[in-house]
Amino acid sequence: MNIVVCVKQVPDTATERKLSSKDNTLDRDAADGVINELCEYAVEEALKIKEAHGGEVTVLTMGPSKASDTIRKALAMGADKAVHLIDDALHGSDALSTSYALAQTLKKIGFDLVILGSESTDARTGVLAAMLAERLGTPQLTLARKVDIDGTAITVERVTDYGYDKVEATLPAVVSVVEKINDPRYPSFKGIMAAKKKPVQTFGVADAEIDATQIGLEGKWSEVAEFSVAPPRAAGTIVKDEGDGGTKAADFLASKKFI
Amino acid sequence: MAEILVLVEHVDGEVKKVTLELLTLARSLGAPSAVWAGPGYSADAKARLAEYGAEKVYVADSAEIADYVVAPKAELLAQLVSSATPAAVLLAATPESKEIAGRLAIKTDSGVITDAVGLGDGFVAEQSIFGGGVNVRSKVVKGTPIVTVRPNSTPLEASTGAAAEEQVTVSLSDAAKGAKVVERVKQEKGARPELTEAAIVVSGGRGVGSAENFSIIEKLADTLGAAVGASRAATDAGWYPHQFQVGQTGKTVSPQLYIAAGISGAIQHRAGMQTAKTIVAINKDPEAPIFELADFGVVGDLNQIVPQLSGEVEKRK
Ligand SMILES: Cc1cc2nc3c(=O)[nH]c(=O)nc-3n(C[C@H](O)[C@H](O)[C@H](O)COP(=O)(O)OP(=O)(O)OC[C@H]3O[C@@H](n4cnc5c(N)ncnc54)[C@H](O)[C@@H]3O)c2cc1C
Ligand SMILES: Nc1ncnc2c1ncn2[C@@H]1O[C@H](COP(=O)(O)O)[C@@H](O)[C@H]1O
Repeated sequence: MNIVVCVKQVPDTATERKLSSKDNTLDRDAADGVINELCEYAVEEALKIKEAHGGEVTVLTMGPSKASDTIRKALAMGADKAVHLIDDALHGSDALSTSYALAQTLKKIGFDLVILGSESTDARTGVLAAMLAERLGTPQLTLARKVDIDGTAITVERVTDYGYDKVEATLPAVVSVVEKINDPRYPSFKGIMAAKKKPVQTFGVADAEIDATQIGLEGKWSEVAEFSVAPPRAAGTIVKDEGDGGTKAADFLASKKFI
Repeated sequence: MAEILVLVEHVDGEVKKVTLELLTLARSLGAPSAVWAGPGYSADAKARLAEYGAEKVYVADSAEIADYVVAPKAELLAQLVSSATPAAVLLAATPESKEIAGRLAIKTDSGVITDAVGLGDGFVAEQSIFGGGVNVRSKVVKGTPIVTVRPNSTPLEASTGAAAEEQVTVSLSDAAKGAKVVERVKQEKGARPELTEAAIVVSGGRGVGSAENFSIIEKLADTLGAAVGASRAATDAGWYPHQFQVGQTGKTVSPQLYIAAGISGAIQHRAGMQTAKTIVAINKDPEAPIFELADFGVVGDLNQIVPQLSGEVEKRK
């Protein structure tokens, strides 16, 4: 089975994240880049499926050159090879453009199963897997907390407000995973060493037959018109509990008409 | 006035609160048309949509629409976008509706904005990003603006609409039937409001200390008619089910009131609750970062303070 995992590098949430005032896009140089946490779950799920059913795991990342660290991390976990979609023309792509560029690349490299994280910590759109399914015309098995494969039949438990839906489809398909579907493995020393030798193919816009008018700042469907650093919340009232802390909190709630 | 489509969210035939908020919001920008997708439509549902100003109700209540994941609803909306040429489409910023919005955007060659916390003239959306650190104004520059709006972003206001009904049939494409829902598993929900929709959320963290002790958090939530949330430290420890986790990798909530008990306020937790209108923190550590956000904070032991607060709320009801 040919499994492709879409992995994204995001700015570390523990560092200060900024938009660039030049073009209102994410300032990727300002913060350290790390693998998006939910993508680790996606890689782990791909490795598990490979272990159970055989095949190959390819990591697909679209991002600037420093995103190669994230690719290495996924390779160190055990993925077999990677495709790095990298082109200055991609800078500033919104969700529609990103899904288009990734879909074009996926068509080029081929897949039986595409696995994504359900959300990234920077954009947090949570729409990419659905968009890929739409663009590729394949079944959408998103927000999965469990994935089972039997031949070409695939079943997932899709998380809902009320519990979960059991969903069935036939491969090829697009899956997105939620947190706690598994426990992502830590790369071993051996894994880290091996990752250095694994093949990483770079793709530019032309290699993936991506129409440049559909991507980047030129192709965007939506834009950030302006942004501002949120003013700090006005300092609140902090009291020390002297046996009446709960009562004082109740007074506050009453003053705000919550009770 | 320009027509604005609002996709109705419903459970067991009941219209969710967020839809009424979207209708309220849509009224400030045009004439709202509610779009009902899937089975469960009733006179009661229609009355509810009318009460909040739906001028039209498009009804596509065939069972088939709910039999497959997301895609049928996107096809329905795409059909309406082409026949009614609305000025915008509004959906709730829930995981499923965001996915519908994403597919709709591709079908209609339109831009999509996710997680708006406000929407004004020209459909310029306000968003709060990076865990509340940055405020953004963004807009769709191609096609029909498709905007998903966070629950609790608009104060509810009733105003009667005509709710003229129009039946809609969609013939689903094969692609829309790729992922079939074969079973719906409803896990016990209890009487509490849904976490993302609740006007009040009471959350517990590592400071709660054990699964059993979450009962004091639940008690406070129940006296306030609130939902219960938890930090990742609490869900990781198995003290509270994972679906109640608030934060970067959990749910994003934007309630009127958020009470954090025994939660330090790590950036990843704040990412899920920083847009709450009022924040109350209870923590024994006066240096806990959650106090930087709190409108009201009590430094002390939650085991004393939380039950006392529950008792006081009961008394004053
Ligand atoms: C990639 C990533 C994603 C993450 N996603 C999330 C997420 O979605 N949601 C999330 O919540 N976290 C998330 N985290 C974890 C986050 O960084 C914190 O570790 C977590 O929020 C801490 O939970 P806590 O505040 O309950 O625990 P702690 O930080 O341990 O704080 C417990 C607090 O309770 C107080 N306390 C203890 N006992 C008492 C008592 N008796 N009375 C009163 N106060 C008491 C302590 O003073 C302390 O401030 C994520 C982390 C990473 C790296
Ligand atoms: N630039 C990218 N390269 C590869 N995968 C991506 C990229 N952006 C988003 N993804 C995938 O889409 C998921 C959801 O991201 P988002 O829609 O940004 O919340 C991520 O977890 C990744 O799996």
